[in-house]
Amino acid sequence: MIWGEPEIGGAAHDNCNGNDGRVLPGSGAHGVNELGPGYAAAAANVAVTDAASVTDKAETASRFEIAAYRLAQWLRSPRPYLMLLGFAIFLGFWYLTVEVWKLPRFVQMPGPTAVITEWLSPDPIYGLSIYSPEYYQHIWVSWRRVLIAFVLATLAGVPLGLFLGWSQLFKEYVFPVFELLRPIPPLAWVPLAIIMFQGSETPIIFLTFLASFYATTLNTMLGVESIDVSFVRAAYCLGAKRRQVFWHVVVPGAMPFIFTGLQISVGVAWFSLVAGEMVSGQYGLGYLINTSYTMVQYPTMVIGMFTLGVVGYVTSAGVRLLGDYIMQWRARELAMGGNQ
Amino acid sequence: MSSEPAPVYEPSIAPPAPSPTRRPDGSRKGEIRIENVVKVYGSQTAGIRAVDNCSFDVPAGKITVVVGPSGCGKTTLLNAIAGFHSITSGTICLDDQVLCGPARPKANPGPDRIVVFQNGALFPWKTIIENVAFGPMVQGLLSRKQAYAKARTMLAEAGLRDLESNYPGEISSGMRRRVEIARALMNDPKVLLLDEPYRALDSLTKSVMHEALLETFDRNQVTVFFITHDLEEAIFLGHRVVIMTTRPCRPKKILNVDIPHPRDYSVLTAKRFREYLDETVEAVHEEALKAFAAGERER
Repeated sequence: MIWGEPEIGGAAHDNCNGNDGRVLPGSGAHGVNELGPGYAAAAANVAVTDAASVTDKAETASRFEIAAYRLAQWLRSPRPYLMLLGFAIFLGFWYLTVEVWKLPRFVQMPGPTAVITEWLSPDPIYGLSIYSPEYYQHIWVSWRRVLIAFVLATLAGVPLGLFLGWSQLFKEYVFPVFELLRPIPPLAWVPLAIIMFQGSETPIIFLTFLASFYATTLNTMLGVESIDVSFVRAAYCLGAKRRQVFWHVVVPGAMPFIFTGLQISVGVAWFSLVAGEMVSGQYGLGYLINTSYTMVQYPTMVIGMFTLGVVGYVTSAGVRLLGDYIMQWRARELAMGGNQ
Repeated sequence: MSSEPAPVYEPSIAPPAPSPTRRPDGSRKGEIRIENVVKVYGSQTAGIRAVDNCSFDVPAGKITVVVGPSGCGKTTLLNAIAGFHSITSGTICLDDQVLCGPARPKANPGPDRIVVFQNGALFPWKTIIENVAFGPMVQGLLSRKQAYAKARTMLAEAGLRDLESNYPGEISSGMRRRVEIARALMNDPKVLLLDEPYRALDSLTKSVMHEALLETFDRNQVTVFFITHDLEEAIFLGHRVVIMTTRPCRPKKILNVDIPHPRDYSVLTAKRFREYLDETVEAVHEEALKAFAAGERER
């Protein structure tokens, strides 16, 4: 059970105010009050598809109201407080083990107060905090590498996965090789990557790309294979050619899996990025963690780690939001309680 | 788009004539002849014989209902007609044109024979109107504008006017079936192949769906090939009821139901209806027992 889930009432088929899909300005607000935000979102989207000119204003207004409604719902539910409690327990445990009990295993570890003071200090002891431009340079460099690698992996992995799932013959050729290469960890590629590519930037991007690519390809392929055969048959029945089935059924049908794959892929991109940055490179969060370690600047090391956590979370959430935006049908289906 | 009036759909080929089977040449007829069809899964000798020497006719412009125990091979037959599966031997013809036979074991699926699937196959990623307009658009017969206008007419006829911008996941399963039938009829098919389309619905929804189907049929006079294992459904809907044996499947009894269309639910209590039902129950029950003994399971 998820708390604070918007309640959806009423029949689904009353969404439009007319049969041309037009929604009058202000009707979005009406929807929020009566039927809950998911429902109003659906109504707002109905508006977008057909009669954009009339409804731009109404749509922005209702979107804002939906967001406000959701936020209020969320604050009224126990979820944010449980989340805070979780963080408090984690920080408390860290504090106790390191700074109060001083357990033997944790002697070298910087405590939360040390890390947080350093992180927020305008004048950091080890030279790195949210006030130092260098900090953002590390983040930017890492972020840029992940972005490039992720985009390349998506551009290569999604089409490859689609063809692997779509064509048995293609799969016979390619998949065994793919499966043989996939278990090789990115770290094992490091020497070869350094030999193959010049400079320090390309090998890191290559390593980051690798892990990401496997995750995307595999999930896309599974996505195609998971498509109910009835959809493909129905499309053929309705007179679609093979190419049309590919674009109208296979691609959108695999989309939920593709986005699951992309979320995993962006996660593992950060994994292998750090591996690459620890080996070579001059900037980046992995590099920061590694040099802070060798220079015994432990609080900075932990700052690097947490920053990775935050940045990784943000990118993953970004991919998820993009998925929700592209797959309106899925978001709306889930808002209806997965009506089946 | 909001400023201009909604485009009016004008039939692009031939105006549908009111006659039951049409032609010449508002075309469409849709008589299916099934002759000595055999389907064996796996090897010829050791494989599973799903359909054995099956022959019967599906008259044009009528509803033919095929009844039989679960897993008897009805769906295999339907898949062969639709062109999803090959047949091992025999011939299936649609209006004197061989769909599949000795020379070509697998028919090509196409918009002259449209299947409505057991679990529904509206594309969840397309809105209702996109789904309904899909056929003529992918075939390149109508522009988007024309297809949408025609789709709106179809939806309105089926009483589904306000749903067009919804996704299938947002409407009830009964509605989805009706949309799917509208999507099929958009293509003016010769035959509508329905594979237990109402199986998953509760009995109240089912009764509504039956009447809607009959109403659609009375309006379109399309040939319907309907698979079910519900006897009442079979007799209520069908002009002709074909009772199948348990696997391997072949007709055990063919019943012409002489109750005039349009039918409504009052038929269910009519004496004639009960007589037909009694006649079929016996035949089906016998097969069901055999199937049970053979360990057939619901698929």
